[in-house]
Amino acid sequence: MTRLEQLAPWRTRPVRPPESGISRRRSLWSRLHLDPWLLALLLILMGGGLLVLYSASGQRLPVVQAQATRFAVALAVMVMLARLSPATLMRWSPLAYGGGLAMLVAVEIMGDVGMGAQRWLVIPGVMRFQPSEMMKLAMPMMIAAYLCRRPLPPSWRDLLICGLLLGLPVLLIARQPDLGTSLLVACAGLFVVLLAGLSWRFILAMGALAAAALPLLWMNMHNYQRQRVLTFLNPESDPLGSGWNIIQSTTAIGSGGLTGKGWLEGTQSQLEFLPERHTDFIVAVLGEEFGLVGMVTILLLYLLIIGRGLWLANTAQDSFGRLLAGSIILTFFIYLFVNVGMVSGILPVVGVPLPLVSYGGTSSVTLMAGFGILMAIQAHRRLLPR
Amino acid sequence: MRKSRQLKNPEQEVRIFRGRALLAACLVVALTAALMGRLVYLQVVQHEVYITRSEKNRVRIEPLPPTRGLIYDRNGVLLAENRPTYNLTLVRERVEDLDATLALLVELLELPDAEAEAFRERSRQRQRPYQPALLMSDLSEAQIARLAVNRHRLPGVEVEAQLLRYYPDAEIMAHALGYVGRINAEELENLDAGNYAGTHFIGKTGVERQYEEALHGQAGLRQVETNARGRVLRELGRSDPVPGRDLTLTLDKELQTLAYELLDGRRGSIVAIEPASGEILAMVSAPGFDSNQFVTGIDVTSYRALQNDIDLPLFNRAIRGQYPPGSTIKPFLALAGLAEGVITPDTVVRDPGYYQLPNDSRRYRNWLRWGHGRVDLERSLAVSNNTYYYTLAHELGIDRIHERMTRFGFGQRVGADVFGESPALLPSREWKRGRFNQPWYPGETLSVGIGQGYWMVTPLQLAAATATLANRGTTVTPHLARAVGEEPLNLPPDQSPIVLDNDQWWDRVYAGMEEVLTGHEGTARRTGAGLEYRMGGKSGTAQVFSLGQDQRYNAAELAERLRDHALFMAFAPLEDPQIAVSVIVENAGGGSTHAAHLARAMTDAWLLEEEAPEVEELRERIDNDDATVTGN
Repeated sequence: MTRLEQLAPWRTRPVRPPESGISRRRSLWSRLHLDPWLLALLLILMGGGLLVLYSASGQRLPVVQAQATRFAVALAVMVMLARLSPATLMRWSPLAYGGGLAMLVAVEIMGDVGMGAQRWLVIPGVMRFQPSEMMKLAMPMMIAAYLCRRPLPPSWRDLLICGLLLGLPVLLIARQPDLGTSLLVACAGLFVVLLAGLSWRFILAMGALAAAALPLLWMNMHNYQRQRVLTFLNPESDPLGSGWNIIQSTTAIGSGGLTGKGWLEGTQSQLEFLPERHTDFIVAVLGEEFGLVGMVTILLLYLLIIGRGLWLANTAQDSFGRLLAGSIILTFFIYLFVNVGMVSGILPVVGVPLPLVSYGGTSSVTLMAGFGILMAIQAHRRLLPR
Repeated sequence: MRKSRQLKNPEQEVRIFRGRALLAACLVVALTAALMGRLVYLQVVQHEVYITRSEKNRVRIEPLPPTRGLIYDRNGVLLAENRPTYNLTLVRERVEDLDATLALLVELLELPDAEAEAFRERSRQRQRPYQPALLMSDLSEAQIARLAVNRHRLPGVEVEAQLLRYYPDAEIMAHALGYVGRINAEELENLDAGNYAGTHFIGKTGVERQYEEALHGQAGLRQVETNARGRVLRELGRSDPVPGRDLTLTLDKELQTLAYELLDGRRGSIVAIEPASGEILAMVSAPGFDSNQFVTGIDVTSYRALQNDIDLPLFNRAIRGQYPPGSTIKPFLALAGLAEGVITPDTVVRDPGYYQLPNDSRRYRNWLRWGHGRVDLERSLAVSNNTYYYTLAHELGIDRIHERMTRFGFGQRVGADVFGESPALLPSREWKRGRFNQPWYPGETLSVGIGQGYWMVTPLQLAAATATLANRGTTVTPHLARAVGEEPLNLPPDQSPIVLDNDQWWDRVYAGMEEVLTGHEGTARRTGAGLEYRMGGKSGTAQVFSLGQDQRYNAAELAERLRDHALFMAFAPLEDPQIAVSVIVENAGGGSTHAAHLARAMTDAWLLEEEAPEVEELRERIDNDDATVTGN
């Protein structure tokens, strides 16, 4: 092994392993820099997701095709990102973060207003782009990149800097207003810090501070956001207005029972009682048509993906990879928990999709990009000496 | 310590990470378990609650209103039909730009611009945005066509078909048929809510009210599956409605039309009955009104105009109008006198022009100042002598008069199925004590004897009594329905007919009534000229304005509305009566002319094969005769 390889192993070409059957099979995946287990689980999830989407979209094939196309794009993005070395990612982190922040500012100043919120940056004739989506990855990258050069657990000064790096974009996104995305971005950054070894005393102190800040947050919320919280506390207070979603989604899930009403047979979803049934509330369709069995199955599938992701993070060779991978996979869980929690009525309604099942291109691509990074991290560790 | 934190320690970092990651994994599992717990709660514990809720969500029960039965006349001519009308409705939720849509509608329907504002008001009627709001009813063909062509520009705008009651001859039939109208809150409380769930209209008066139950039918139901917007997606089950039964009336549309035309807009009423059956052939109250206006809901201005009309077009004179019968009751009193043995057919009364009660100086006048001289039964009817009937009434006394006249149907509701009929008033000793707390005075009996005083009849009562007379005492129950659906209306036969000791006395009374029309002294001899069948009748005058003791009546001097009402009752042919008629024309002056002409026109039309006499021609005759009023 050359000195260069010892110092910066990711800058060299992978070494071809010896010619044996087993290693050749392994070499196919390592050449692609993919983790076959994780990939398989993701593909099962996506396949199942398309099945549910067909039902949730009112059996419109074009919707399913559009989603499948996005999945293909997302997979391509994943494969491409998986080829990057962690060092490249680390080098690009400040750039991605800075660029993302600049675009958030741009949205703040001149963004396109869609659905009552200012989220989109439009490059005329080319694309509409949500900088906040990009921030979901740029944020943990930046903080991991910062912290991995510092001794861990982080010092107070490091925490302060991380707090600044975290706070600014989260505030900008929350102002758009997009509570769901700002929550996810904040989580992504926080998880890095937590995994880096944030002291328990600090966590407790912050928790107390957050509780104290709740009234302040309430005062700064938009009316519709407040309404969502109030409705969450008592959905029956406005059954035809903002309580409608929760009532209909819990009704859908509850009426599904143990085994569900059967695929395409859910009356709540097929008869359009369920709002946003193919986007944020798609899990209610699943719950209605496949019952508790379907719900537990998909939750276990998610758990397997998260477990595999955590394992891959654990085997990463350096702090940057570990922290980034851990954050990505835990944020993935936050998606799941917030979405299922809100649809089943134990969390307030926050615009968070069910990962890789809800209809929507941007989030799928972001998520798969995250898994691409995860795989890049695991793929490159093998090249280090054991 | 401080120094050690400055240096990177990969071993420690890995340790920290593993610890944290393990903790995170535990948290992930715990939170997922919490989610699963929630799902178990929703899908297993509370499953029943939610399955019920989801069923209630999607399955709706819709009433299917029955089609209202049609109404025909005795010959099968349609009198009340159900006309499909088209309503304009708007579902707010599906309209993208309400202003533009309303503006376009106003333009397409060629309505004044102000209508847009009314449309906007109406579009807000419904609370939920997915329920259709009624913008306009009864669209014209042209409007429907224009809407159809522009359908693609009008999402959320629908043209809905609805069956609406329609009366082809509204004015003529208005009082007899009645009409339907929108169910009001008060009616809603007393209705079978299930049966009327989908029905918007209910019979308000007349036949429509009387036969509401049969005409309405039984509502059906259908279970439908709807989506969240309330749109029906499919039918899960249904029970069909039972349509209302068609009604065949006893009325003859041609005769009814003639009667209405004969009255010529004058206030009055004509009722014709078939004596043998009691079937009402015509029942007209004039002036009429357009009952179709009431079906969709009459506007305030028009309604006020009808209500405030001095001619009271909404007042059904035929069954609610109370008139002093005047001399038209003389035949009935004569029969009462014969039955009670107070007179014989050959009794003769000397008439000096007045009658005096014993020990009373007051003179009760005959209408002819110098008197008719010797008057027997037939002549008393022919010349309508008052003195004869003063004598008769005095000898009968009020109690016997009341008892005998009750058997002819006076003072009570006579119709079997006539909605809103008034019993009018046949006075009696008891009645007067109850009403005025006064005893009955003998002079009042004399007034009753010539059909004045307290005695009030309705045109229907008078016609029914005439029919009973024509039947030789078999009382008739006038009715309007001949058959409900396929079922003929069966009335119980008369249990207590009026029986005279000598059946020929009927003929003596008939003879007197015939002389009214054909005798050289008959009060209606002008009317009787050229009769092609034998007819009996009796004229009458109802005083609106009572004269002082020595005043003379001069029709020309009195304002029109203070003039006497003209009455006539008749039946024909004498040997086999086919029709009994009562005619009342308000403020027409002497009954022997105006009312009698109308009665004859009715019998002619019913009995003669040829076309009824020209109404125009008849009017001329009436006008000529009105100028020279004689007799009463």
